[in-house]
Amino acid sequence: MVERRPFLTVLTHLTLILGVAFVALPVWIAFVASTHGAHDFISGLMPLWPGDQMVKNYWQVLSQGESTAGAPPIGLMLFNSSVMALGIAVGKIAVSLLSAFAIVYFRFPFRIAAFWVIFLTLMLPVEVRILPTFEVAASLGLLNSYSGLILPLIASATATFLFRQVFLTIPEELAEASRIDGAGPMKFFRDILIPLSRTNIAALFVILFIYGWNQYLWPLLVTTDASHYTAVMGIQRMVAVPDSEPLWHLIMATAILAMLPPVLVILVMQRLFVRGLIEQEK
Amino acid sequence: MASVTLSDVGKIYPGGVEAVKSIDLEIADGSLCVLVGPSGCGKSTLLRMVAGLETVTGGTVSIDGAPVNDREPAERDIAMVFQNYALYPHMSVYDNMAYGLRNRGTAKPEIDRKVREAARLLAIEPMLQRKPRQLSGGQRQRVAMGRAIVRDPKVFLFDEPLSNLDAKLRVQMRIELKRLQQRLGTTSIYVTHDQLEAMTLADLLVVMNGGEIEQIGTAMEVYERPQTTFVASFIGSPPMNLVPAAVADGVLRLTDSAAQVTLPADRRGLSGAVIVGVRPEDLRIDGGSETGGAETLAFPVTVTGVEPIGAESLLHSQTESGADVTVRLPGYAVHAAGAAMTLAAPAGKLHLFSADTGRRL
Ligand SMILES: Nc1ncnc2c1ncn2[C@@H]1O[C@H](COP(=O)(O)OP(=O)(O)O)[C@@H](O)[C@H]1O
Ligand SMILES: [Mg+2]
Repeated sequence: MVERRPFLTVLTHLTLILGVAFVALPVWIAFVASTHGAHDFISGLMPLWPGDQMVKNYWQVLSQGESTAGAPPIGLMLFNSSVMALGIAVGKIAVSLLSAFAIVYFRFPFRIAAFWVIFLTLMLPVEVRILPTFEVAASLGLLNSYSGLILPLIASATATFLFRQVFLTIPEELAEASRIDGAGPMKFFRDILIPLSRTNIAALFVILFIYGWNQYLWPLLVTTDASHYTAVMGIQRMVAVPDSEPLWHLIMATAILAMLPPVLVILVMQRLFVRGLIEQEK
Repeated sequence: MASVTLSDVGKIYPGGVEAVKSIDLEIADGSLCVLVGPSGCGKSTLLRMVAGLETVTGGTVSIDGAPVNDREPAERDIAMVFQNYALYPHMSVYDNMAYGLRNRGTAKPEIDRKVREAARLLAIEPMLQRKPRQLSGGQRQRVAMGRAIVRDPKVFLFDEPLSNLDAKLRVQMRIELKRLQQRLGTTSIYVTHDQLEAMTLADLLVVMNGGEIEQIGTAMEVYERPQTTFVASFIGSPPMNLVPAAVADGVLRLTDSAAQVTLPADRRGLSGAVIVGVRPEDLRIDGGSETGGAETLAFPVTVTGVEPIGAESLLHSQTESGADVTVRLPGYAVHAAGAAMTLAAPAGKLHLFSADTGRRL
């Protein structure tokens, strides 16, 4: 749509600027807060411009954490979060790709039933099945371990469904041509299906990485040892300190640092991500 | 190099559709066999059974004398060209052609040699590094053929490979394909619904209908002596005219008409209801000066329209019994719709079919 009316141009830009400001303001506030000293918030007024404590605050978060609140240095928590988010994203994608492959390309008894059972699990996210899942994780000895953080979150109906749709758009003749070319099922999967789903995989990876990164309730339950705390948990612990004011400058510094890895992932995958969301051409 | 033999081959799809019924066919080494028939007659199913993409539910498919029913497509030493080409979109032209060879474990220099040779043969050398989406329809078609050629298979299988091209390119590719097949001398099975394509390509023409073979023969045999009314009306453009009639005492008389003709001596034994077939080019307009005589079938028709198509015109008309009759006239002919005229055909050019079975008499 090309409209050549100056008034509309101004209006659309204004709307966009407002939207950006609306989304960016909380981030800005968080950043500003992370650069002030502990006493700048006592008045109850929020400063709008950065202060001079930035280096000190970030250094403290990075090197010591906030021991009174039981939050370890952020480096470890960022590492834990990364392991969990990566594990969840990669695991979900691998499992979903394989199950979609089975459902679309193989004729086995109860194939349709299998698909609908997977689909039904959409209604059972972790939050709903959290107690039984915890029971299982506990009895398998998965508490305070990366596998405990990752495995229970890996099964994904959404991703399976998405890959099923992607595979259904791939012409049947490609599978037949590859069969004639002497490619077995797994070779076809690796040489044809995966490359053709590349952009979708990338888009899903970004979404799932952020999903994994933002996990809150589950890590809170399965980790009791500081060595496996994640960044989101750390922030929660810092906010919920007993018997004292939360140290907002440190909390905000932690939050800002915790935002960086997802942003990095989006930046790196941006091109593929956008293509994966909009591209239909096969 | 190989022959292909189908004996009593049938296919019933799960769900009960009997797509192919008991087909016997022998395709000689090095020949190009064309399966032609209307959409849904089972051509693709038959071809895909030879390829191994569909299971054979009855009979035996043999390549080079060895039954291949239970062999995977890759083990049958065939190559197939699909209607939509089925090129791997993410691979370069080179990789598309090389993929099958790599899977077979062919040595790299050998692959390179074969791919480049096929590319030269098909004039797609400059495009080897491109992706399929950067090619035109005709070029994709060539790549699909290249992919078949590099494998140096015993049998080429083509499923309507030219259907997605525009008319002009289709004619050009048809000629190239024929030349290529003759040069390589590879046994080929070619499926099409286009009778013109079938006639021009076929060493052996197989006309199919409803899952069965109606007729097998060279293009000219099928054209000149169609064995059934179906073949008569399917092969030829415009197709053969079919008019109901009856034979008694060696004389053929059109239904609802006084028009009659004495049949040639070898046909006198017939009697009963028949269908008379006559090709549009065997008919002429009877001027009335010569009454035709006993050796000519002359019958009145009403003109329904004329189509000029350049070098000739097609005159459409209707007989007294309501059968449509088309006449091929040289040059540009003008006849008003509704005009009455008499058409004539020599008795020797009439094809007779049983009115019951549609078989040639
Ligand atoms: N996978 C299938 N399952 C069931 N019926 C099929 C299948 N494929 C084709 N058919 C049926 O078999 C018949 C022949 O199909 P096909 O061989 O594709 O015809 P053609 O290629 O001559 O147009 C058709 O009636 C079609 O509906
Ligand atoms: Mg077909």
